[in-house]
Amino acid sequence: MKFTWFNLMPWPYLPDDFREKNRSVWVDIDQALFDPEKSHEVYNTYMDLLEYAGTVGFDGIGVNEHHQNGYGIMPSPNIIAAGLARRTKDVALVVLGNSIALYNPPVRVAEEFAMLDCISGGRLVAGFPVGTSMDTNFCYGQIPSLTREKYQEAHDLIIKAWTERKPFAFNGRYNKLRHVNIWPRPIQQPHPPVHIPGGGSVETYDFCIDNTYSYSYLSFSGYIRAQALMKGYWDRVAARNTSDTSPYRAGFAQTVCVAETDEEAERLYSEHVNYFYNRCLHVYAGFADAPGYRTIKTIQTGALSQYAPPRAGYAKLTWKDLTEGGHVIAGSPETVRQKMEELIKSLHVGNIFVLMHVGNMPKEKCMYSTKLFAEKVLPKLRNMFPDYADDNRFWCKPIAKQLSAGRLPSDREAAEAVARVVV
Amino acid sequence: MELKTVRTHHTPVRYLEAGSGPALVFLHGAGGVTSEDPFLNALAEKYHVYAPLIPGYGDSEECHEIRDMLDFTLHSWDVVNALGLKDPILVGHSMGGMIAAEMAAICPNDVSRLGLICPVGLWLEDHPIVDIFTVLPYEMPALLYHDAEAGKARMTAGLALDDPKFLQSFLVTNARQLGMAGRLLFPVPERGLSQRLYRVTAKTILVWGDSDKLISPVYAHEFKRMIKGAQLVSIPEASHMVAHEKTRETVAAIQRLG
Repeated sequence: MKFTWFNLMPWPYLPDDFREKNRSVWVDIDQALFDPEKSHEVYNTYMDLLEYAGTVGFDGIGVNEHHQNGYGIMPSPNIIAAGLARRTKDVALVVLGNSIALYNPPVRVAEEFAMLDCISGGRLVAGFPVGTSMDTNFCYGQIPSLTREKYQEAHDLIIKAWTERKPFAFNGRYNKLRHVNIWPRPIQQPHPPVHIPGGGSVETYDFCIDNTYSYSYLSFSGYIRAQALMKGYWDRVAARNTSDTSPYRAGFAQTVCVAETDEEAERLYSEHVNYFYNRCLHVYAGFADAPGYRTIKTIQTGALSQYAPPRAGYAKLTWKDLTEGGHVIAGSPETVRQKMEELIKSLHVGNIFVLMHVGNMPKEKCMYSTKLFAEKVLPKLRNMFPDYADDNRFWCKPIAKQLSAGRLPSDREAAEAVARVVV
Repeated sequence: MELKTVRTHHTPVRYLEAGSGPALVFLHGAGGVTSEDPFLNALAEKYHVYAPLIPGYGDSEECHEIRDMLDFTLHSWDVVNALGLKDPILVGHSMGGMIAAEMAAICPNDVSRLGLICPVGLWLEDHPIVDIFTVLPYEMPALLYHDAEAGKARMTAGLALDDPKFLQSFLVTNARQLGMAGRLLFPVPERGLSQRLYRVTAKTILVWGDSDKLISPVYAHEFKRMIKGAQLVSIPEASHMVAHEKTRETVAAIQRLG
């Protein structure tokens, strides 16, 4: 199993009446709610927490890309990952990912990911999301029904830029480049492992299967509701006569909170879970799905945006609703272990993105929950798929000798070295 | 009206046809057009009306090869040619007006009469056009009609809004139609028309509803300023669906083209 500690980086200061007074947490969220000075502490705390998670036993630490979003203040995950690359060792940097259709030219992604791979010593796991409609269409202005074509072209260009050893010309519809020749290129060969976040598009299933990429379902609604979608993926894997059904072909995001007891979990975390599920996910219905963003085939299968409002309208979700419904796995280490095991088996997933910072959770509680998961839950789940223990196709391959930050000699040592040269 | 098919280079095109008289090609807006359209039926009393559907509209498939303004413009010329028409009266509503104006700008010698009914295609920073891609369905009637209640009745007539099967097919249709429209209109419905309008030499009539809440009537004056000799017919108590709300007046305006 591969466990990645994930932080969406929510803004923790949305007011209590946010949902009543604002139409959306995303796209046109009120500028007045962001305080740049407060963000100094928020960003640094979140990065500290990611680094902390990198020291307690997680396989990866994860970041993602959102724009104009009150629950994800990370328009550039690469900036965060660059910071993490310097201050962590051994742990994978899971950037899930860069919305490659948004970069002009997408060679920029090939370059920045290569830099991250080089700086980190081959620790990058590269994610290529199409991006949500809110990010890609409404914030970044991509034409919905052309987004996938542009995405596809960006993908082809990036892979070629990573693998080709001579300068080449690229004559795409959206990118015309005469001299593609990225410098640096990634350490990992032929390129870093690729994970594709998806939301139920048949096309994305096939894309992952055909390219040996891991399919990641990044849902907030939990493992119970994810059964149908993941079954759709595995059915597709079978239908296309794929060589194996390795669980590492898939990943799943799950909100998890651990305490000593189930009661303590509710007492410690319910306010933060409530903040996230009842405040942060308040997205205006008009931004949920630009027409043309989802393919006709996908709509016909009934896959709709997880941001589309439920038919019956919103109701405030309680701790009981959220834990019993599986949105959140919370409780004592044993409760969490049992439910995680159920998740892993029922979805047949080898990569878990554990959302352990939730809503406006303060750092102390987040560390407490993280530590308990790492020490009392994770080791018991480690070997769920012994048959696939050697499957390393979907994970990074760091170099043996990794360096860390702060390796310069002292000023005196430097001066002595220089003196020796002069003599 | 009869629904027929004509072959073009990229794709078969569905079109509505009715009436007799001078040939008139009508290009519909982002909402599409049906054989019950009151304006088309009224036009058909005076003209031989052809109303091609943009690929993806009605029961037609979207066309992958038509991506940008030039593609739409040349495709529409392909349709006119495939119908065997020479210098038909060209009329377009909203997005269809944008395409018609482009057609007249690109081939000024082939269009001598142009009717633009509240066309999109220009952008004034002080008068942003409503983003139709974020408008919720229930908000539409108030934007499109001067009389919102009557508009709502018109838009929902015969629709089984409580039937999940209907809703699924509605979503598919919407994605297909607005998916294609988005190639011209998303996220800002401007594709450089203002640079080309000087080329239009056709006799041009602009029709605008005085209370158009989707595209402010300020744009009527901008189009009038940019198209040499264009005449503006402003129609009171009508919004963006002026041709539905004031059918007789809109037909009369088009008849000024001769």
